[in-house]
Order: sequence, then C-alpha cells, then structure tokens
Amino acid sequence: MAFLSVANINIRGMAACVPQHTESNRDYDWISEKERELLIKTTGIESRRIVQNGMCTSDMCYESARQLLDHFKVDKAEVEVLIFVSQSPDYILPATSIILQDRLGLPKSAMAFDIQLGCSGYLYGLSVITNLMSSGNFKKGLLLAGDVSSFSQSKKDKSTYPIFGDAGTATLLEYDPAAEKINFNLQSDGSGYKAIMISDGGLRNPYTSESEVMKEHEPGIIKNKRNLFLDGIEVFNFSLREAPQNAQALMKHLGTTTEDYDYFIFHQANKIMNESIRKKLKLPAEKVPYSLDTFGNTSSASIPLTIVTQLQDKTLNSTSLFLSAFGVGLSWGSASLHVKDMVCLPLIEL
Amino acid sequence: MDITTFISQIENEIEELTPGSLKPETEFTSLKEWSSMHVLILIALIDTEYNVTITGADLQQCKSVNDLFNVVKSRV
Repeated sequence: MAFLSVANINIRGMAACVPQHTESNRDYDWISEKERELLIKTTGIESRRIVQNGMCTSDMCYESARQLLDHFKVDKAEVEVLIFVSQSPDYILPATSIILQDRLGLPKSAMAFDIQLGCSGYLYGLSVITNLMSSGNFKKGLLLAGDVSSFSQSKKDKSTYPIFGDAGTATLLEYDPAAEKINFNLQSDGSGYKAIMISDGGLRNPYTSESEVMKEHEPGIIKNKRNLFLDGIEVFNFSLREAPQNAQALMKHLGTTTEDYDYFIFHQANKIMNESIRKKLKLPAEKVPYSLDTFGNTSSASIPLTIVTQLQDKTLNSTSLFLSAFGVGLSWGSASLHVKDMVCLPLIEL
Repeated sequence: MDITTFISQIENEIEELTPGSLKPETEFTSLKEWSSMHVLILIALIDTEYNVTITGADLQQCKSVNDLFNVVKSRV
C-alpha cells in the first residue's frame, strides 16, 4: 500500500468555478422520458454545468485561484509551486500550469507542472503538492484541479453524456509547522486502462479521419474514437471493490474509525455507486455530502467542488475530513486530514 | 439463499417491476422495463446483499433470473 504521511501543511482555502450554462437531464431527449427519469433516479444527476464558447478548464481554475489569492491578500511572491491536475489541458504542449503561472502573476521562481489524472486526480495532486511543500521550501502553493469533460462527449451516448459536468477549482496551501499531518493511501491498476478512455488522438492511436466515424456500440450509445468511452459495469465493480477497501486500509493504518471523521467526501461518480460505497463503509448519510445532483461527475474537481458547495455553511474551523476518489486509470485513493480555519469561497459562476 | 427471497429482493429494488411478475424463468431482456440502469441496480443489490461481484460477462451468460441466481449462489 502506498501510505504517505505529510506534515506541516495547512489547507487555507478552496474555491470552485462552474460555467453559468446549465443542462438539465430532464431535457436530454436522446432517450425516452421514462429512461430519463430512471437515469436521474439511479445516477442522482439532475443537471450539469457545461462550458460555452470555448471556455477551458484553465479559465475556471484561473478564476478560482485569482479570487483565492485576492481573498487572502496573498503576496504572490510567496506562491512558488503550482500544480494543474486535468485531462483537458489548453494545448498538447506546453503544460497549462506554466501558462497559469504567468496569468496569475506568480513569480518566475515558481515551479509549475501538470498532472494528467481524472477522478483520483485531486488526491494525487494534493499528495504531490503537500510533499513538495512539507520541508518548508515553499511558503504557499496552489493546487488547481478540474476538467471540461464535455469536450469529448457524444450527445448520442447515454452512458456518458448525461453524467459529466465541467468545473475548475483551486486550493491554497501554506506551510504551517503547527498543522496536523495529512495521510494518504494511493493505488493504481493499469490493467483496467480500457475501462475509461479516449482511444484516439495520442501517439498510440493517432488521429485520422477514421477517428471521427460515429459507430453504434449498443442501443443509445453512438460515438466515435475521440469520444469518451466508459465501461459502466467494469468501473462500477472496480469502485465497489477497491474504494471501500482502500479507505478501510487507511483508517486501519492510522488507527482511526469512521466515527473519527466529520465528513466523508467522495469523488462524485454517480449516486448508485457512491451510495453502495457509503453503505459498505457503514457511513450515515448526513456525513456524506453530494454535489452531483446539480453538477454531475466533475472529474478531479468533484471533491473540492463538493466541499465548497456543500460545506460552505458548515464550520470548517476544526473539522476532520476523509476523502475518497476512484476512476480513470484505473487509479484510486483516500486521504485523511484535519482542517483548521479553512475558508471556502462562494461558488463562482463564469 | 433461496430463489423466492432473491426474486423479492430484485422486485423491491427495481420499482418498475410489478411485484409478483418476476419468475425464475423470466429473461431479463424480455422485460419491457429493462435498461442498462437496471443492470447497475442489480449489480449493486447483489454486491450489498451477498457480497458477490457480477461482471458484464456473467450478465451476458445469464439470460434468466434462475441463471443469475445460480451464479450468485455458486459464489456466496
């Protein structure tokens, strides 16, 4: 098990940004009204926010980060590490994080790089940035996470189109020797890489005219090879098997129980999957907030977006959180942390 | 485990099914209400109740309720 324990890092604040444009799954006329009702009931996803006019993930992350820096009146010279976690970068190259370093007015002394992960990305990003900052070399850091998943969706694919929403988030971290340790348990299984993938456009399967050919995979699922493919049953079984085990292993490693945590924040996959995991971990519903009803599955943004939108009014001055994420890769993990005086900015709509 | 309980668990979980309509010989795909969402509901139910994993390959081979019952029973 990849258990990690990181000292000296305080999560100062979080911000999340979503597009203004809302798409309701009640209007998703590719499937019948009856199917729509069942889809909404089973996935728990009523509506999603979808970008318009070429807005990028980085634009939403930028706005989240800008407002966080303004709110805390951060001396930008102190922000010397920026990580952008996304699977929807601005360009194939250079890395979007580097463009964001300049756009945000961070110093040239800052290190900036991208991490290409989806569902589990926030936890991986958090583990990397906290480890980098733990020794005190950087006073402050920014973790930006999000995706515009809609760029790769086929509207004629009922297995993905009504599930994913777009969002971009920012988390401001600071070096603080008084902070409690943040603990992680991170895992990977590349044997399942085909379960969630966009097959064409990389070097393995370069883009050709063939990539655009729409093909019916099963009734209600028509897509091309540049569209996201999701093997629902495979991912469902993987998540049900691995996420609870991973969470239990971390708690056992730390000597904690589910009662030691105020909230469990799960990656927002879909309701039936998340509820099954919640029941396996025997967690009371009130400890497991959801944001997927109005935002859908927002990839690596889902954990901070859920915290920002659902815990906004709660007291986060001394709160124990358990985070769990699982999905594309296959990649998954969990984190145990205690936040003190963490500020969540109001949801930003761009 | 017995098939009567198995059937009533499925009927309880899948609201679109009329109670008493599901028989051991009923083929899932013959149900007019059947959809991919029901497959996920079924997998979650079996996982929760019996701690048994049902894969896509299993479901392709299990035509009837009885077929599925036998697969679950063999793994409990």
